[in-house]
Amino acid sequence: MTELLDFLRSPWPWYVGGPLIGLTVPLLLWLGNKPFGISSNLRHACAILLPDRAKPGFFKYNWRAEKWNLMFAAGLVLGGFVAGVLLANPEPARLSAAGVRSIQELGVQVRPGLVPAELADPGNPGVWLLLAVSGLLVGFGTRYGGGCTSGHAITGLATLQGPSLIATVSFFAGGILSANLLLPLFLTVIR
Amino acid sequence: MHAEPSSSARTATGLLAYLLVGLSFGIVLVKSEAASWYRIQEMFRFESFHMFGLIGSAVLTGLVTTAMLRRSGVKSRDGQTIRVTDKEKGWRRYVFGGLTFGVGWGLAGVCPGPIFTLLGAGVWPMLVVLLFALLGTWAYGALQTRLPH
Repeated sequence: MTELLDFLRSPWPWYVGGPLIGLTVPLLLWLGNKPFGISSNLRHACAILLPDRAKPGFFKYNWRAEKWNLMFAAGLVLGGFVAGVLLANPEPARLSAAGVRSIQELGVQVRPGLVPAELADPGNPGVWLLLAVSGLLVGFGTRYGGGCTSGHAITGLATLQGPSLIATVSFFAGGILSANLLLPLFLTVIR
Repeated sequence: MHAEPSSSARTATGLLAYLLVGLSFGIVLVKSEAASWYRIQEMFRFESFHMFGLIGSAVLTGLVTTAMLRRSGVKSRDGQTIRVTDKEKGWRRYVFGGLTFGVGWGLAGVCPGPIFTLLGAGVWPMLVVLLFALLGTWAYGALQTRLPH
């Protein structure tokens, strides 16, 4: 019993997780010709929440036809609860030695959990600022670029869409820049 | 051709299927550590193969299985021909939007999927990310016509 529980709590190697992620694309197509993408939910949420008079044209569409995607997002929350709470991995992620070193250089400890305590500290106004700036850029950028990791890097590349290659290369360029330059700077300032 | 659902019960079971796919996807995001801030940092510093293997094998699997599905002539569950919508042509929006998203992704280490999944896992500060992501989405909607696409 404890062995089974240990097994269920252990993380999966990339060659198990990756194919399962990839299978989402044909699965959603088969279920109802749905394009796999998550960031559109942010648009649907705006379309639902904004009063009609204050709505930019971008949010005037029939969001009810996209209810499936909101259900998908609700499923993501449930999945996070099942895997991240009920079956949480009690060990820290098994990073490479170089990864551990870099993270410690950022002033962050490698502990069990998905997000370090240093970046989830509600008592630090700098953390709020970091999360807010990050969220703002993610929301703006995914809509401007027409998708996120799932929509472009997974679905778009898997269906050979040229624009998705441009978007994916740009995601990574932005991410490399911010993780290596902006984040260390940010962390030095906020602590 | 628009297949109307025959009953509201069918719509409900249809929606339930998407909830279940979301549930399993959320579990995969956590178990494969794609929702881990640590792994994202490691990826952007090229210090481990893990995330590259994960994304690479996901794309390869999606590519092969989607091509097989389309070639097989199987219809979708509601009887329609499987079709993949082409992304809009152009490059400006993909470069500028992609860079903006990427910078946000590298900062807090979360892309949109993990925002939802981490909330489920009880990482409450993600509410701040979600709230501001909605604000960013709204800002794009308000500025859309003035941005190069």
